[in-house]
Amino acid sequence: MSFGSGLAKGLAITLRTMTRRSVTQQYPETSPSLPPRSRGVIALFEENCTVCMLCARECPDWCIYIDSHKETLPPAAPGGRERSRNVLDRFAIDFSLCMYCGICVEVCPFDALFWSPEFEYAETDIRELTHERDRLRAWMWTVPEPPPPDPAAEEPKEIAAARKAAGRATGQEAGG
Amino acid sequence: MDVVDVLWRLLAVLAAFLVLPLLVGQAEHKVMAHMQGRVGPMHAGGFHGWAQLVADGVKFAQKEDTVPAEADRRIFRLAPALALVPYLVVLVAIPVGPDGFVAQTLDAGLVFVLAVLGVGVLGSLMAGWASANKYALLGALRTAAQLMAYELPLLLSAASVAMAAGTLSLPGILDAFEWWWIPWQLAGGLVFFTAGMAELQRPPFDAPIAPEEIIFGAYTEYSGLRFALFLLAEYAGIVVVSALTAVLFLGGWHGPASDSLGWLWTLLKTGALSFLVIWARVAWPRLRADQIQRFAWTVLVPVALAQLALTGIIRVVTA
Repeated sequence: MSFGSGLAKGLAITLRTMTRRSVTQQYPETSPSLPPRSRGVIALFEENCTVCMLCARECPDWCIYIDSHKETLPPAAPGGRERSRNVLDRFAIDFSLCMYCGICVEVCPFDALFWSPEFEYAETDIRELTHERDRLRAWMWTVPEPPPPDPAAEEPKEIAAARKAAGRATGQEAGG
Repeated sequence: MDVVDVLWRLLAVLAAFLVLPLLVGQAEHKVMAHMQGRVGPMHAGGFHGWAQLVADGVKFAQKEDTVPAEADRRIFRLAPALALVPYLVVLVAIPVGPDGFVAQTLDAGLVFVLAVLGVGVLGSLMAGWASANKYALLGALRTAAQLMAYELPLLLSAASVAMAAGTLSLPGILDAFEWWWIPWQLAGGLVFFTAGMAELQRPPFDAPIAPEEIIFGAYTEYSGLRFALFLLAEYAGIVVVSALTAVLFLGGWHGPASDSLGWLWTLLKTGALSFLVIWARVAWPRLRADQIQRFAWTVLVPVALAQLALTGIIRVVTA
C-alpha cells in the first residue's frame, strides 16, 4: 500500500456515500414497513380462549394474568349430563415484564394468541403497561394475514395429512 | 470616507460574520450526515432542519453559565471573546470583489491578517489556563505547541505569495494575480490551507480538544453562551482561513465576468474550501500530538521553504 492511498480512499468513500440516498426513515412521518411475523405486541383472540392456562404457565416471566370461573350448562339432550365450561374473567399481559419470547403464542393449542406488528403502545407509567383483554382483543384487528409459504417450500403438514386422508377415503370407496 | 460609509461597511462585515459561520456550521451538519449515510437535522425550521443552529443558539443561551470555583474568573470570562473577535477583525481586511470591494484597504493587510489570526489562538490558551482543570491545561498546552509549529509554515507560504505579487496589501495581491499563479503557488497553497486547518484545531489536527483523551481540551469547563462562542469561533475560523486561502492562492474574485460577479467567485471559492475542511473531518482520523508536530516540522516547513525558493527564482528570472 503506497503512502497516502488510505487518505485518498477515505475521501472517496465519504464522497460516494454522500452522493447516495440515505436509508433513514423519518419515523413519525413515515411508519416503517415491518416484515411479516414482526413481534410488536401479543394480541388475544378471546373467542378461542378456553382458559387452559398453558400460556400463563409456560411464560418465563409470569407476565400473563388469567382469572376465570366455571359455568354449568344445562344438558344438551333431556336426561343428559350437565356440562361445565370455563369462562374468561380477566386476561392481561404485563408488557413491562414480557420479553417477547413468543412461547405463549407457540403453546396456545386453540390459536387464541397472535403476534401483531403494532408497537406504539408506550406509556409514561410502568404500571400502565399491563394491558387488559379489551386492549389485547382490539390488537387482534392489526394482526396481518400470514404470508404465503415460499413457492419451493415443503407442503404444510396439515395439508399433507388431509390429502393423505382424502386419498385413503377415495381409495376405500373405489375398492369397496 | 464619511461616517455613514464606515458604518455601512462595519455593518456588512458584522452581517457576514454572523451569517457565514452559521452557513458553514449547517453545511457541516448536513454534509457530515450524508457522508455517513444519515440525513442530519430534519425538523428545526421545517425544511430539512435549516434552523438547527438557531435552535442550538437558543438552547445555549438558556443554559447556566458556570465558572469553576478555583478558576481565574476574569480571564475565564474574557477568553471566549478573545477567541472570537480576531476573526471578526480579520474579515475587515479580506477583499470580496474588485475595485475596493473590501471593508478597509490596508497597505500591510497580509501582515495584519496573519498577526490577528494568531491572537485568536490565545483565547484557547487563556481558557485552558484559567479553568484550573488539568485536562483544560493539557489541551491549552497542546494548542500552544500546535500554534508554535504551524504558525511558521503559515507565514512562510503567505510570504511566498507576497513575494510573487510584490506587495503586502491583499487587494494589491489580487490586482497582480495571473491565472498561472495557481500552479506556481500550488505547494504553498496546500501548506497554507493545511496549516490554517491545524491552527483552527480542526480534525485531523484536533488533538488539543480530543474528546476521547482530554474531554474537550481548553473548553472543558465552559457551558452555555460562552461555550457557544467558542464553537462560533471555530466556524468563523473556517470561513476566515478558507477566504484567505481563496484570496491568496486561488485568485479571490478572479473568474469569468469578475467585474460584476467577483464577490460571487470569492464566496464560491471560500465555500468550496470550507467543504474541504468538513470533508477532511469526516474522512480522516485524528493525528497524535507527536505526529502533528512531526508533520509540521518535517513536511510543511521544508515544502514552504521550497515554495519560497521557487517563487524567488521565478521572480528573478521573469523580472
